[in-house]
Amino acid sequence: MTTPQPPKLFAPQEPIFPRRVSGFFRTLKWWIMAVTLGIYYLTPWIRWDRGPALPDQAVLIDMAHRRFYFFWIEIWPHEFYFVAGLLIMAGLGLFLFTSALGRVWCGYACPQTVWTDLFILVERWIEGDRNARVRLWKAGWNFRKWRMRITKWAVWLLIAVATGGAWVFYFTDAPTLARDLIAGTAHPVAYSTIAVLTATTFVFGGFMREQICIYMCPWPRIQGAMMDDDTLTVAYRDWRGEPRAKKRLEGTGDCIDCMACVNVCPMGIDIREGQQMECITCALCIDACDDVMTKIGKPRGLIDYLALADEPEERAGKPPKPVWKHVLRTRTVLYTTLWSLIGFGLVFALFIRADIDLTVEPVRNPQYIVMSDGSVRNTYTLRLRNKHGEPRDFEISLTSDAALQLSLEGVDTNVMTVAPDSTTQARVYVISAPQDAAATMGTTALRLWVEDVESGERAHRDTVFNGKDQ
Amino acid sequence: MSDPKKHQDIDKETGVETTGHEWDGIKELNNPLPRWWLWTFYLCIVWGVGYMIAYPAWPLINGATAGVLGYSTRGEVAAEIDRYKEQNADLTSALAEVELASLGDDEALNRFAVAAGGAVFRTNCSQCHGSGAAGAKGYPNLLDDDWLWGGTIEDIAYTVNHGIRNETDLDAHWSQMPAFGDVLEKEEISQVVHYVMSLSSTEHDATLATAGAVIFDEQCSSCHGVNAEGDTSMGAPNLGDAIWLYGGDEATLTETVTYSRFGVMPAWGPRLTPSDVNAVAAYVHQLGGGE
Repeated sequence: MTTPQPPKLFAPQEPIFPRRVSGFFRTLKWWIMAVTLGIYYLTPWIRWDRGPALPDQAVLIDMAHRRFYFFWIEIWPHEFYFVAGLLIMAGLGLFLFTSALGRVWCGYACPQTVWTDLFILVERWIEGDRNARVRLWKAGWNFRKWRMRITKWAVWLLIAVATGGAWVFYFTDAPTLARDLIAGTAHPVAYSTIAVLTATTFVFGGFMREQICIYMCPWPRIQGAMMDDDTLTVAYRDWRGEPRAKKRLEGTGDCIDCMACVNVCPMGIDIREGQQMECITCALCIDACDDVMTKIGKPRGLIDYLALADEPEERAGKPPKPVWKHVLRTRTVLYTTLWSLIGFGLVFALFIRADIDLTVEPVRNPQYIVMSDGSVRNTYTLRLRNKHGEPRDFEISLTSDAALQLSLEGVDTNVMTVAPDSTTQARVYVISAPQDAAATMGTTALRLWVEDVESGERAHRDTVFNGKDQ
Repeated sequence: MSDPKKHQDIDKETGVETTGHEWDGIKELNNPLPRWWLWTFYLCIVWGVGYMIAYPAWPLINGATAGVLGYSTRGEVAAEIDRYKEQNADLTSALAEVELASLGDDEALNRFAVAAGGAVFRTNCSQCHGSGAAGAKGYPNLLDDDWLWGGTIEDIAYTVNHGIRNETDLDAHWSQMPAFGDVLEKEEISQVVHYVMSLSSTEHDATLATAGAVIFDEQCSSCHGVNAEGDTSMGAPNLGDAIWLYGGDEATLTETVTYSRFGVMPAWGPRLTPSDVNAVAAYVHQLGGGE
C-alpha cells in the first residue's frame, strides 16, 4: 500500500481579474461609491458656528477635551449613551438589512468593498481590462510592466494617503491640521495614524481584497444567522439555466456557460454553484448575465435577487411571491420595531436633554457639623455644566418647608459663574438655626434651585438636610 | 513518489480533498488556509522574539529580564510625575512665596493651592483630623468656625508649620492648662463645671453655677477671658459656644478641669515644602470656617 502524498495545508492566493461590467447594479454602485467616499472625505471640512469658545467644525471628535460635536448636537462623556444607542441602531439596522436583502452591507457599503472597487477602477484604467491584466500578470518584468505597476501603485498610494489623511481630520480642526501637516509641525500621532491607515488602505484595497472578506472579517460568518429562505439574495436560477451548454441544443438551459458571471466577480467565485460564504452579493454578476441574456434574446434574471423559498413555485413555472411578502416577516418586523424604538428613544432623550445640567451631591463625611453658635450646617457639592459658547451666571437658591439659609463657599453672593463649555464645582452650605426643627430632626427635604441669571431658565435637584438626630 | 493526484483522497460528498486523517470513519477535509496566513504566523514569532529582547520578559528569581530598551512602567510613572512637576514648577514656586492673605486674588494659583492642599491633607493630616476634616474627640474639626489658634489663612499656616505643644519646634504653639485637681476641691470643680455648662445654656444646677462663677473669675478668666470667650493667642478655647473638643457634658468637663488636656500636633514645616504648607493652609481655610 502506498502512503498518500501529504496534502498541502496552505494555498497561495489565486489572483482575480474582475472584468468591467455595466448595468443597473454597477451604476447604483458607482453612485453609492461617490456618495460614501464624498461623505468620508468632505465631512471634516463642513463648518458650523457654535460661538467663539467652541470649535466650528460640524463633525468633530475632540478627544483632548472629551467632546463629540455633530452639527447642532454636542455630546459630553456622560452622555455617551447616545453614541452607544447609535451603535446599537447600526447593529440592528445591519441585522434588518441582512435578513431582508442578504449581504447588502458587504456588497455595497462596506469600506473594504468601496475602496477595493475604487482600487480596481484605477487598476483597470492603468493596466486595461481583464484580458490585458491577465496578460500583464503572465508577462515577465519588462519596462512596460514596471511602468504600469509603479503608476498603479503610485495612484493607490495617493488614494491611501488621502484616506488616512481624511481620518485624522475628524479628530481636530481640519484646516489647522492640514496646514500643520504640510508644514511638518503636526503632532506625531497625526503622522503615525496617517501612516498606519495609508498602509492598511494600500494593502487591503490593493492586494488583500477578497482575502479580508473571506479570512479576516467575522461578519460573513455571523450573518448566516440572520438569513433564511425568504431573504432576497443574489442567486442563480439553475432550474432555468441547467443543463448549461455553449451550443443551443434541444433540452439545454438558458446558461450558455460564457463565464461572464465568473469573470466579473471580485471574489473570484462561481455564483452558479449556489450560495457560498465568499459571495458578498455585489450583484455585478446580475449585470453581466443580464447583458448576455439580452444579447442572446432570452429574458433577463437568470442570475437575480431572489428568495430561495420561491424555488418550488418557479420550478413549477408559477410566478414568485411578491417582494413585500418576502420582506415583511416576523424577523424583519421585529428588527424594525426594535430599531425604531431605540431611535425614538434617542431622539426623545435628545430633545428632553436639560439645558441646565447639574448634579447635587450631599457631603456625607461628615453628614453635618455644629457651628459655634449651635446652628447645624450641611454641605453639598454642586456641579454645574455650561454647554453654551459663552459664560453663564447661575443664581443658587433653595426651597424647603423648614427655615434654612444658603451660602456658597468663597463668594458673598449666591451667584456662580460657569465658564463656556465647562463644568464648575461649588460647595453649597445650608444652615439651620439651633432652635429650628431642621437642626434637631433627622432629615428634612429640600430643593436646590439653579437659575440662569440672564435667561431666567431654572432647574432643580431634590436632596435632604441632615439634622442632629441621626 | 508517483503522481500525487493518484493518492489524493477525495471526499465524495463535498469533492474536497481530505487530510488523510481518519477517526472511526470520520475524515478530516482539507480546506487549505491562505499562505499569507502562515506568513503572519511566522511574523508574529519574529515579533515575539524581538519583543522579548526589547522589553522586560523572562521572569527570574528576583524580577525579570530588563530588555534592551530599558522600559519599565514604574519608570513611566516617575517620568510622568516629573513632567507634571515641571509643568507646575511656576505655580509651585509662586505658591511658596505668595503673600497668603492675597492668595484669593490670584484665581489660578488659589485653585492650584486648594487642589494640591487637598492631596497634602489626605496624605498627612487625615490620620488625625479625618478624611473629611471633621476631626474627632481631641482632634479639632476643621470645618466649623471655631479656631483654637486662629482661623485666618496665616494663622493656619503658622499652626501647620510649627505645630502645637510638640518638643521639636521651639516656635510651636504652647499653652498648658493646669490640672485643677491639684488646686481645687472636688466641690469647687463641680461648681465651676456647672458654671461652664451654664455658659453654653446646657442643663445645669443654678446654685452650683453661681458659686462656680466666682471660682471661674479667680482661676480661669485669665486665659479663657472674663466672659469665657477664649483667646486664640494662647489657644484658650471659647467656653460659651456650642463646640467642644473633648465634650461638654458634666463628666467630661469634670475630667478636663481635674486633669487638664494636652493635645499635640507635630510641626509640619520640616516635613513639607513651603509650597505644600501654604497649599494645605489654603485648603483648610476654604473648608467652610476660614476667617
